[in-house]
Parts: sequence; C-alpha cells; structure tokens
Amino acid sequence: MDWNFIIFSVVKIAVVIGVVQGMVSYTVLAERKISAWIQDRTGPNRTTPPFVKDIPVIGPFLIRLGVFQPLADGLKFMFKEDFTPAGVRKIYFFLAPAIAVIPAMLTVAVIPFGSTLGAQKMVIADLNVGILYTFGIVSLGVYGIVLAGYAANSKFPFLGGIRSSAQMISYEISMGLSVIPVLLIVGNLNLGEIIRWQATNGWLIIYAPVAFIIFLVASFAETNRLPFDLPEAETELVGGYHTEYGSMKFALFFLGEYSNMVASAGMMVTLFFGGWTLPFWGLDHAAGTLASGIAHILIFLLKMGVFIVLFIWVRWMFPRFRYDQLMDLGWRRFLPLALVNILVTAIILWMRA
Amino acid sequence: MIVNRKPLTFWERLYLPAIVGGFKVTLKHAYATLFQGKVVTMEYPEQKWAVPPDYRGAPYLVKDQEGNTKCVSCQLCEFVCPPKAIRITPPGPTGKQADRTNAEKMPAEFEINMLRCIYCGFCQEVCPEEAIFLQKDYSLVGSSREEMIYNKEKLLALGGVSPGIQKWKLKLEEAKAQESFPVKL
Repeated sequence: MDWNFIIFSVVKIAVVIGVVQGMVSYTVLAERKISAWIQDRTGPNRTTPPFVKDIPVIGPFLIRLGVFQPLADGLKFMFKEDFTPAGVRKIYFFLAPAIAVIPAMLTVAVIPFGSTLGAQKMVIADLNVGILYTFGIVSLGVYGIVLAGYAANSKFPFLGGIRSSAQMISYEISMGLSVIPVLLIVGNLNLGEIIRWQATNGWLIIYAPVAFIIFLVASFAETNRLPFDLPEAETELVGGYHTEYGSMKFALFFLGEYSNMVASAGMMVTLFFGGWTLPFWGLDHAAGTLASGIAHILIFLLKMGVFIVLFIWVRWMFPRFRYDQLMDLGWRRFLPLALVNILVTAIILWMRA
Repeated sequence: MIVNRKPLTFWERLYLPAIVGGFKVTLKHAYATLFQGKVVTMEYPEQKWAVPPDYRGAPYLVKDQEGNTKCVSCQLCEFVCPPKAIRITPPGPTGKQADRTNAEKMPAEFEINMLRCIYCGFCQEVCPEEAIFLQKDYSLVGSSREEMIYNKEKLLALGGVSPGIQKWKLKLEEAKAQESFPVKL
C-alpha cells in the first residue's frame, strides 16, 4: 500500500469536491445576477449575515452583490420539510437525486485542474483513457433524470424524463464524435497529455474549430441548459423531471445540473483552450515553484469561469427549441457535420504525414 | 388568414445572425443596468410607490376637527361588511355618553379584523356619519392573529382627523337658528 498516494488522493478529492460545490453555489448566484442584469433588474441584494453590515464600504458592497445569498439558499434547502408525495415509487424516488449528482461529480476526477503543486500532479486520477472515462460517466447522468421522471408517478415529470433521455442520447453521439478529431491530432486519450500537446503546438481551438462548436452545442444539450432545456421546460412541463421533488432532494438535482455545467466547462477548457496553460509569461510548462503551480490552478479556474458565464449568458438570450427542431439539429445537422469533420481531419493528417 | 412563412435562407438557418443579435441585445441591457443604473424594479422597503388618491387601503375610524369620535355606533357598517370583519360593541342603555354634543352614543368598542377585511369600501359608503374611511395603508403586519384585530383606540389613532364636513355642527347651527322664529337660514 502506497500510503502517500492514498493520503494525497483523499486530500485532493476533498478539496476538489469542496471547490466544485462552492463553484456550483456561486454559479447559481451568478445565474441570478446575470439574468437580473440582462432583464434590467438588480438581482439578490438583501442577504445580510450579522456583523457583515458593520464592515465599512466592503460589507454593504458585498451585500449589494448578493455574496451571502448562496448560504441562505443552502440553509433554506436544508431546513425545508422533506416531503414525499403519495404514490411515488419510493426507492427510485430516493435514488434518483443521488444518481443525478454522482456522475456529475465523478467527471471532475480526470480533469487536470493545474500542473503540479510540489511533487503532486494536480489531477485526481491521471487516467490514460481520460476522455473515454468522461463520456462513459457523463452518459450515466441521464439515468438520474429518467429515474426521477419514472419514480414521480406523475405525467409531467414522466414527459420530462422521456424528453431528457431522447435528447441526451442523441446529443451524446455528436459530442463523442466531435472529440475524435482532437484525438486524431493529439494521438493520446490522456487529458494531461492533450494539455501538454497544446502547450507546445498551440491551442486546439485553432486546429479543430468545428469540433469545438459541435462540442459546445452538445454540452448545452447534455447539461439541459437553454436553448435545449426541454426536460425541465417550465412553461410546458410545470417543472420537468423534478416537479415532485422538494427540499434537499430538489437541491441535489440542482447541484447535479450545475456541477455538470462546471464539469463541461472544465472539459472544454481542457480539450480546446489549453487547460491550465497560458502561451506567455512562461506559464505553458509544468510548474517548478509553488507560486506558478497556484497560478496554473487560478488560470484554469478563470478559463472555466469564462465558459460558465457563457453558459449563463446564453440561457437568458435564446428561446427554447421545439422538440422536433432539437432532434433535427442533433441528428441531421451535427451528426453529419461531426462525421465530415472527422473525415476531413483524417485526410489532412494523412496528407501531411 | 393564411400566413406565408418564407423558408429560411441558408444564412438564417445557421442561427448565426440570431446568436450575434442576441448577444448584442443582452449586452446592451446588462451594460445599461450595471453602468447607467437603468433598473425597472423598485427596491421596496426603501423606495415606496406613490399611492393614488382614490386608493382603497385599510379602513380606519376618524375624528372630527375638534378631536371627537365621529362614530355613533349605529352598526350599519357591521351589518354591511361582507366578510364580517367589523364588530361593534354598543355602550348599552347605561353606557358612556358620546364625547360630543348632538350625538346619542359612541361605541364602547369598535374592532376591525384586518385579516378578514377585503378593502371593499362598503363601510365607508354606508356610514351616515362619515366616521370610517378607507385610507392609504396597504401593508399591515402583525405577528399573531390577535394583533391583527385593531381596536377602537388603534383605529382612531391611525385614522387621524377627517377633513370632511362636520354634519352635526351644521345641524346644531340649524337647530339654534330655528329657536328664533321665523327661521332665518
């Protein structure tokens, strides 16, 4: 037994889960704030914990920004009555939120969120088949939603579950195929290796822009975000697959959705935008010192932040696609496009070889 | 009516113009909200809306210009009140006299249950003494049901002085005038 490895892994897992949870709660805040700004509103600006008000200048500013809102939201979810409606399929009803959250959290395990810190690689599991693992886990996420729709024993969640399964399966194919050009170019499935390749040869967005666009759209669909939020279309399905859920179980679905968002932002940064690297100031090779190691982590988080803001921004910009339009887009536009993209990339690589 | 739907052009089918347009509109609004302070919402407890003059808020009892209770305990409002929010306890035959001249009696107790009141304004309409008015309060708060039953003192304190006519003062002058015959009005 390599105790060193175990201890460091546990520490990394704990820290990463903590950071992801924190990011999720503040993504919710960002969602509320950005939506408010786009809609000419102010957004949450009231939550005032004791003593914070007395801090000069900064305190009122933070309250105005709603920084403490996620704490209040979390507390509210915790203390709400955990109500189970009559007629639900109990076991599945309890299982579904967990199944929605776990894959979302597991995806983060292979994403390298920094180069090195001391002697430790800043990735929980440095798998050789990182991308395959990610796609395998991401496709599990649909079960949580389908199970929730089934377990609720109510028609609207059921419709949400059906929509979700159709949508996620059809977009997953495009998503998987869109990454193949990246793998062809780099020649490695390890996410760390992909980042190192990008550090020497430039970001993959330059080499595979079409792949990036397909991946971006597919990840909107995978995370059930607008314009593809059919499983939880409030105007059509009351609340979608989580209509019958309340309190912490509902919060878990929320958590799953937003951690999916965080994870796919991380995947996009890793695959197409050079992960933790920056092409200048010598930040493109593994860190020698502690300071540059921390800088790499911050760069990664910053890049992720940009994508999370994009996710949020797009949500408050577009109307929802109709169901047939969504399927049309998935199967008849993006699938052929992804296949052609693979073919073209392969031909170019073959000709250059 | 037949609406001709033009098929989308190739450029439109790429969704790109719509995407660019969407980013432009949302960015414009976010900029206006953040840097120019163009917010359509009102921050309620700090800012309050101007209550229109004919607003029907909570009903309160009013006093006349001399500080006397106008209500004469006729119980018409109690009778007309649709949700039965008003309860008047009359003074009874041995009860307290009215605190103004030319009024037979005044209510021993006058309660309005503000949780029941529907702000219909019937009490104001039916009152022969112009003693109760729907005023401009719209946010009544209490921490218990009992607290939301407003008694006479509270209603009079909240109601203030009526700017309306003093019916009984006029009647008194008329009566005094009648004492000297022939009547000179």
